[in-house]
Order: sequence, then C-alpha cells, then structure tokens
Amino acid sequence: MNLVTVSGPPSSGKTAVILKTIDSLKKRGLEVGVVKFDCLYTDDDILYEKAGVKVKKGLSGSLCPDHYFVSNIEEVTQWGIKEGLDLLITESAGLCNRCSPYVKSITAVCVIDNLSGINTPKKIGPMLKSSDIVIITKGDIVSQAEREVFASRVNQVNPGASIMHINGLTGQGAYELSTLLYDEKVEIKTLVGEKLRFSMPSALCSYCLGETRIGESYQMGNVRKIDMSDKKGEK
Amino acid sequence: MITVQDIQQKTIADLFEQYPFLPGFFEENTLQVNGQINEKLIDYLKFLDDEEEAENRAIDRDQLLNSMTIYISQMLEFLGEDVDDGVHSITILPGTNKSGEAEQFGELKISKSEIVCIVGPTGSGKSRLLADIEWVAQNDTPTSRTILVNEEMGDKKWRVSSGNKLVAQLSQNMNFVMDLSVYEFLELHAQSRLVEDVEGLIAKIIEEANKLAGEKFELTTPITSLSGGQSRALMIADTAILSKSPIILIDEIENAGIDRKKALDLLIGEEKIVLMATHDPMLALMGDKRIVIKNGGIHKVVETSDDERNLLVDLERMDAVVQNMRTRLRNGEIIKKEDIGF
Ligand SMILES: Nc1nc2c(ncn2[C@@H]2O[C@H](COP(=O)(O)OP(=O)(O)OP(=O)(O)O)[C@@H](O)[C@H]2O)c(=O)[nH]1
Ligand SMILES: Nc1ncnc2c1ncn2[C@@H]1O[C@H](COP(=O)(O)OP(=O)(O)OP(=O)(O)O)[C@@H](O)[C@H]1O
Ligand SMILES: [Mg+2]
Ligand SMILES: [Mg+2]
Ligand SMILES: [Zn+2]
Ligand SMILES: [Zn+2]
Repeated sequence: MNLVTVSGPPSSGKTAVILKTIDSLKKRGLEVGVVKFDCLYTDDDILYEKAGVKVKKGLSGSLCPDHYFVSNIEEVTQWGIKEGLDLLITESAGLCNRCSPYVKSITAVCVIDNLSGINTPKKIGPMLKSSDIVIITKGDIVSQAEREVFASRVNQVNPGASIMHINGLTGQGAYELSTLLYDEKVEIKTLVGEKLRFSMPSALCSYCLGETRIGESYQMGNVRKIDMSDKKGEK
Repeated sequence: MITVQDIQQKTIADLFEQYPFLPGFFEENTLQVNGQINEKLIDYLKFLDDEEEAENRAIDRDQLLNSMTIYISQMLEFLGEDVDDGVHSITILPGTNKSGEAEQFGELKISKSEIVCIVGPTGSGKSRLLADIEWVAQNDTPTSRTILVNEEMGDKKWRVSSGNKLVAQLSQNMNFVMDLSVYEFLELHAQSRLVEDVEGLIAKIIEEANKLAGEKFELTTPITSLSGGQSRALMIADTAILSKSPIILIDEIENAGIDRKKALDLLIGEEKIVLMATHDPMLALMGDKRIVIKNGGIHKVVETSDDERNLLVDLERMDAVVQNMRTRLRNGEIIKKEDIGF
C-alpha cells in the first residue's frame, strides 16, 4: 500500500482536490481510501462516501489535531492494509500553523489557496515548508499576476517542493497530480519506527489541563507572556 | 552547483550583494538581519542551535540552509536564461479520442505570434487539450497525446516549477483580490519576476491597458475598483508584458468594455503563442487557424481563409450595430429598423 498525507488550512480545497484526484486514480484501477482528521466537526466523510470512497474519520476534540494524527496513524495504516487499499490518503486540516502531520518517508502534500493572501506562505510553518508537493487552488478566480506572485512566495519558503495549480471545481490539474501519488514499487506495511519531519511542541499549560480561571496564580507549567513594553520585538 | 558549504561561510552582506534576490528569501522566511549583516551566515544562524528557540520559530537549521541553497540555484538559473532559449513553437502529436480511435492529423505545429482557436461542443475535450499542453504531455495523459517544445521532447521542468510555467491563463471569471493600487500591484508582480526596469515596465503596461480599455484609469486607482473592462485590460496587458510564460491560454474574452482585436495584437506582438477556446464567431475568425474538437479528439484543423477573414468585417459591422443600439437604449432613445442599416 502507498500512503500520502494531505494537509492545509481549513477550506483550502483539500477535499475537492482529493476527490478529483481519486477520479483519475480509479480510472487506473487503483483502490483508494481516505481517513479524515479534524478537530470538532467534519462532513467530509459524507462527501467521500457519496463518491464511493472507503473512508474513516477521527475528531481530535480537545487535542491538537496533528498530535492526534501521530497517535493514530499506525492504526489508520493497518486499517488501509486490511481493506486492501492500493493508496491511502489522509486529509487533515492544519489548524495551529505550528504542527504538521508529515512523516519522513511518506509523501507530504500541502494544499493552500490563492485567496488566502500573499502573506499566508510566510505564516504557515512546517506544514508548508516541509512538504514535497504544494497544491495551489482557486486560481480560477484570481488574476494571472496574483497567481504568479503567490506561487513565487510559496517557492521562497519551500523551493524544493513541486508546485502545482489545481482547480478543485473542474479538476484541472488533478490528473497530473494523480501521476505523482502512486508508485507500484512502494509497499508500506507499518509506520512503527518512522519519524516525523518536524517535532511538535509538546508543552502543556494549566489551561491544557482543564483550568478555566483567569489570573497569574492559576497559571502553571509552560506559561509565556506577551511583551507589552514599548521596545521593538526580537528577530 | 552551489552547496550549503559555499554559502554558510560567507557574510550576509556578501551574500546579499552577490544574490540581490536573497533579501526576499530572508523576509519570506521571517529572518530579520538587523545589526548582524556582517556576520557569517553560519554564525547568524547560531540562534537556532538553541533548541527552544528553534522550536518557537519552527525553523530547522539544516532544512533552512538546504532551502536557501536550492533557492539560490533556481534563481541563478532563472536569471541566466537567454531570450534565445525561449519557446518558439509547440507541436501536438496525435493521440486517441474518447473511443480510443487514433486522431487523424499528422502533427500540428503552433509558432510564436500565432493565434489558434479551439472550438467544439461542451464536454468535447477542449480543456483536456489545453491541459495536455500545460503538462507537456508525453503519451502519459488520457488522450495519449505528446507535446513537443521547440520540436523536441518537452522538458519535465515545465510541469512543476513555480517561476517557469509554460502556460499563463486568462479566463472569464477572474478578479483581482488584492487590496492594492494599480501601481503597487504591478510593482509586486514585477518584483516577483525579478525584472530590472520596474518603472519602465509599469509605464508600458498601463499605457497598453489604457489602449484596450474603454475608459482610462490611473496608476493610483485601487485594482478592486476597476470596472470589468478595465480589469480585463489590465490583466491582459500585464500578462502580455510581465508574465514569463510563452503560451497564453484564453478562455473566451467577453465582448464588453475592451477592444479584443487590439488585445490579441498586443499578445502576439509580445511574441506569445495564443490558444483561445471560444464560441464567438468574431474571435474564432481572428485566429490564424482553429482546432475543431469532437468526442475528445482533434477532428479537424481549419485555416482561416481570406473569404472568412473578409466576413469578419461584416461581423464587426453587425456587432457595431448591436453596440450602437445598446448605447441608444441606455440614453433613452427609441430605436428603429433603419438603425440596422443593412
Ligand atoms: N472557485 C474555486 N473553488 C474551490 C476550488 N477548490 C475548492 N473550492 C471550493 O472551496 C470550498 C472548500 O473546499 P474543500 O475541498 O471542502 O476544502 P477543505 O480544505 O477540504 O476544507 P476542510 O476539510 O473543511 O478544512 C468548497 O466550496 C469548494 O467547492 C477551486 O479551485 N476554485
Ligand atoms: N481523448 C480523450 N480520451 C479520454 N478522455 C478524454 C479525452 N478528451 C477529453 N476527455 C475527458 O472528457 C471529459 C470532458 O472534457 P473537457 O473537460 O476537456 O471538455 P470541454 O470541451 O472543455 O467542455 P466545456 O465546454 O464544458 O468546458 C474530461 O473528463 C476529459 O478528461
Ligand atoms: Mg475537507
Ligand atoms: Mg472546458
Ligand atoms: Zn498543534
Ligand atoms: Zn495549554
């Protein structure tokens, strides 16, 4: 089985792109399944089911969804193998911009959209910077110039990545992406012993542990304060 | 080939001088230099040896150095490209239609400054043909077509590079979404392309755009308040002059607020290869030839004959009549049969 991790900011077009790409993969006779990770709510599983794709979903609730992802990815992988999938795609909404669910040996795809503003590439951390393929969506509604400027900003933060433009509505570009996602020589049996591309912050503060009261005396563990003084920020 | 070793022993000041595009990389990766411009890169990056700092900033030192090296190599290659290395033709080699039957044309070569229209019913495969060209298909798309660039097997670099796309696109439903003035917008685009004479190019673009648009606009106008015609005029002029892509794909040009003939002349004047999907007879006849798509395959390639081109004059006259009526209706006038004039 092949495994691909797809991540990206909320509503950037991950599901749209994955669905269009699966269309092309199916035409090659490949069995594809999806596991969707989100925080509080998702309807994506219904969309995948409607398209006849095997799907599971996991909601992280009170945890950072990317932490939740790592704690579950081995079980998810075993599910895909048991279902006899040729390719398993995980979709997760990057919510904290700090974490990313990418595993070193697994193809990592980041989906971002042209509408999110040209400063977005700068704001997204490892989720964008350490991916192998960056998909830029919603090019159909912005000008050529804006597409070029946005793509060049993405290239500045991740020059090693393959950058592709895909229209999530029409699927233009999805066939081309599908050719990069499956390699019949790859056979993943387990992820045990594999490593993340980028460490995730693990620090806990009192609020992580259920504290609800505001005020210094209730704050324990990893507490950090905003610099409210007048001097200019650090580098 | 530049290596990490090459760059990390240099001072930041030296690097910025040698690679004038590097400050943009620092900026985009949230690296502020401040007083440390004369430090060696390797020393400057020492702050990332502190595990907590590296975690806070979510920057991995090795990854960053690697990226910087790749970026410098890419940009040097990009800047070093000669105009002569440019694309002067693409050639489509036949594949199969949706029923798997071979397409019946020998090969189809399209050269610089040529306009080729693509016509055919909905779902016939027009977009697929454009996608084959963009992907430089090598018998590896559903149509099994092959696309040659300059009569040679296309380079796969066209497929996924950010600054070096084979194809630029103009389509009907595009908008400007940035909150900038025309000048700031063009400046931003010019900077991302690393062009030298920014001011000169901006002046040229606004001049050409104003030739295309019905009503003139200024460099200080916010792009989001341009009219539909003005936006299209600016997009076309900007793409013609600033986009590096040698091929322009156009998905219809609306016949309002913009001189379409001049727009096409501008594009081919900038030595672009123009491919245009259209249902409009006037646009179709402005092409040098048209590709007729049926059932996923190229069914026919028709050269626009002189007879057809002469018809264009009549079509334009008919169009002018309709436009004139529109104006008169708007002004509250009554229109009569005589207004049609033929
Ligand atoms: N115009 C346009 N709309 C798009 C494109 N891609 C996606 N969309 C639309 O954007 C919206 C969000 O797309 P989704 O695919 O649900 O986004 P997502 O990243 O999966 O969202 P979450 O899973 O909720 O984080 C939908 O309404 C899509 O139809 C595109 O290329 N162009
Ligand atoms: N030669 C071919 N072989 C197999 N499939 C094809 C071929 N040509 C086109 N198709 C498929 O047919 C479908 C419709 O094609 P496409 O979207 O290109 O049509 P279109 O002419 O652009 O339609 P519209 O006018 O609605 O935009 C697509 O899924 C495309 O991949
Ligand atoms: Mg989704
Ligand atoms: Mg189409
Ligand atoms: Zn997190
Ligand atoms: Zn906390």
